Amino acid sequence: MDHQILIAVLLLSPLLGFLINGFRFRSQSYVIAGTVATLAVTVSFVCSILLFIELLALPAESRRITAHFFEWINLGDLNINAAFVVDQISSIMLLIITGVGALIHLFSIGYMHHDKGVTKYFSYLNFFVFNMLILVLGDSLVTMFVGWEGVGLCSYLLIGFWFSDSAKAAAGMKAFITNRVGDAAFLLGMFILFMTFGTLNFYELNALAPTTMEASWLGAVTLATLMLFIGATGKSAQIPLYVWLPDAMAGPTPVSALIHAATMVTAGVYMIIRLNPMFVAAPNTMMVIAIVGAATAVMAATIGVVQNDIKKVLAYSTVSQLGYMFLAVGVGAFGAGMMHLMTHAFFKALMFLGSGSVIHAMHEEQDIRKMGGLRKYLPVTHFTFILGWLAIIGFPFFSGFFSKDEILWQSFSSPRGHTLLWVAGALGAVLTAFYMTRLMALTFWGKSRVDKNIHPHESPWTMTVPLIILGILSVISGFIGVPHAIAEFMGHIPNYWQQWLAPVIRPLPIEELQSVTHTLSEEYMLMGISVFLAMCSAIFAYVVYTKKKHIAENTAQSLKPIYNLLDNKYYVDEIYFGAIINPLVKQSRNLWYYIDVNVIDRMTHVASDVATNGGKLVKTLQNGNMQQYAMYVSLGLIIVLSYVLMR
Amino acid sequence: MLETSMFSEIGLNHYLVLSALLFTIGMAGILLRRNLIVVLMSIELMLNAVNISFVAFSKYNMNSEGQVMVFFVMTIAAAEAAVGLAIIVSIFKRFKEVNIRFFEHLKG
Repeated sequence: MDHQILIAVLLLSPLLGFLINGFRFRSQSYVIAGTVATLAVTVSFVCSILLFIELLALPAESRRITAHFFEWINLGDLNINAAFVVDQISSIMLLIITGVGALIHLFSIGYMHHDKGVTKYFSYLNFFVFNMLILVLGDSLVTMFVGWEGVGLCSYLLIGFWFSDSAKAAAGMKAFITNRVGDAAFLLGMFILFMTFGTLNFYELNALAPTTMEASWLGAVTLATLMLFIGATGKSAQIPLYVWLPDAMAGPTPVSALIHAATMVTAGVYMIIRLNPMFVAAPNTMMVIAIVGAATAVMAATIGVVQNDIKKVLAYSTVSQLGYMFLAVGVGAFGAGMMHLMTHAFFKALMFLGSGSVIHAMHEEQDIRKMGGLRKYLPVTHFTFILGWLAIIGFPFFSGFFSKDEILWQSFSSPRGHTLLWVAGALGAVLTAFYMTRLMALTFWGKSRVDKNIHPHESPWTMTVPLIILGILSVISGFIGVPHAIAEFMGHIPNYWQQWLAPVIRPLPIEELQSVTHTLSEEYMLMGISVFLAMCSAIFAYVVYTKKKHIAENTAQSLKPIYNLLDNKYYVDEIYFGAIINPLVKQSRNLWYYIDVNVIDRMTHVASDVATNGGKLVKTLQNGNMQQYAMYVSLGLIIVLSYVLMR
Repeated sequence: MLETSMFSEIGLNHYLVLSALLFTIGMAGILLRRNLIVVLMSIELMLNAVNISFVAFSKYNMNSEGQVMVFFVMTIAAAEAAVGLAIIVSIFKRFKEVNIRFFEHLKG
């Protein structure tokens, strides 16, 4: 019973914050709004910790706390409860969402203090946390879908937060509509699962997952998981639906950190890990996921190399890192995917907040060509940014190193992996090291190119404290999941992460695992290669962008076609507009003109004309002339009598 | 013989024809006349036309039910005349004339 209260408080606290701030949305007092919102999420964070401690106390096989509130839908075979589950997977998500969320709320107090809509902003942010909690805690796909749509709505509201700028409002709509495309597939996947298994509850579905692998492309499980994956590509910004995420940077920077880096965009990965027994049973889907993930990781990284907007670089980096997570779950390394989800949440939130601090200091300037040498103005931001940078480029023993290395190794060694997937992953890592170092060099190092009228200043404590905490987490969080190979010579640190997740992760079939053998030396070699290449690339970028600028310019000149291709993001937006959106709009316009106006509207007009004219006609019968009425009565009498008499 | 029987024997049909004629005259008065008092008189005429039929049938069938009916009709006719005349008086007060078209003002 007390579990139920704990989960209820966890869920309702952000909702209450949303309502309080929502009802006084005209207020411009950032202190009250920020305090209410931050406290609401902090309460949730405390509840998450308490629930986590309770989970720890339970035996490993039965770590599951369920809160059943009420029966929501009961229609024939469909039985959906408003029930929420805390288990190994969702407890980690809870800690990330509420922990990182609370820090970002705190950061927002400093970042948004000059904004007129600050109370509205915080109410949206709280509502987002509430929906995200529903998404991760729901015990069935339908409950999850409620949160899934809710976070989409909040994402839309927050991207278009400064909606008086039409470009920003359009970015919000783009995010929402792109997500709807994925959501349609998500719904189809749910339908197929329900038709096949008769339930949408996660635990029932996972228990019903076929034990034999489904080889066909058209099998129910394969189709359903593919559809769910398409839904995930929308939410988690993978090829082909990733286009909304870079544009989503139009929102306030803490929003980018919370929604578009740490939490919402990982929902797709979370959903796949939630249903991992189902996905394991569909090797074809897994293959598609791995390929899409690897392709996204490389493609987004290449675009990131040429971006000049500090947030756009980070946005493409997020798309790329999400690609790694999908690569991981695609080769069956669900634990590694989840691990990268967590470390990425820390270091990417850190870097987004850091970029927010930079933008704040630069008076809303986002172009890194106009920065440089900010190290001496923003010491705390610079130092914490370095921690995030080292984590993302996979510098040994930082958090990103452990998670990314594990993904790369699994993509090579897993029976569902492939050498090419490893190559793509390693290439992505090299590119990541390059563009992140470029970002660091252009922003913080080298000569200052800052406009003389701008005097950068370090941010207030509400902004630096979250940076410092996230910086520490970016450094140490990797040690809870040290891969076997590294643990060997670090004094046999147990892999807590794997032990924690093992009961809820379905391993690949034993016959597949036996078909491949890999040695430790291979692992060391591959790790060495990828880390070495990434470090070389980072050093190269450092030299190019701090000392020898002309190399970059010359290369861009000599590779003009490629540079233009990357600068224009492979023309994907243009292709989508030319191939899908414009024809669709044109057809819709035609339909509107020829079908709606000329057929449907005309039909209703004709119907109303008939009624009006008919009314005018019989109106003369009822004119209030009593004698005329009496005449009708007499005539009727005569007609009836004549009929009776003449028969 | 033929002539005497035709005029001396006044049977049921004669009364019914008279009744129908009176009824038709009354109806024509209601439909065509504009003066409210004349219309009211026409209604009385129609009621009395019906009364004649009642009495004729009563005599023909050798029972008194028709005659009872006639009393009812006469009572109602009296009440109706009272109400109708009251309305006519108030219409006259309002419009200084008793034309039937004034009832058109009652329409919503």
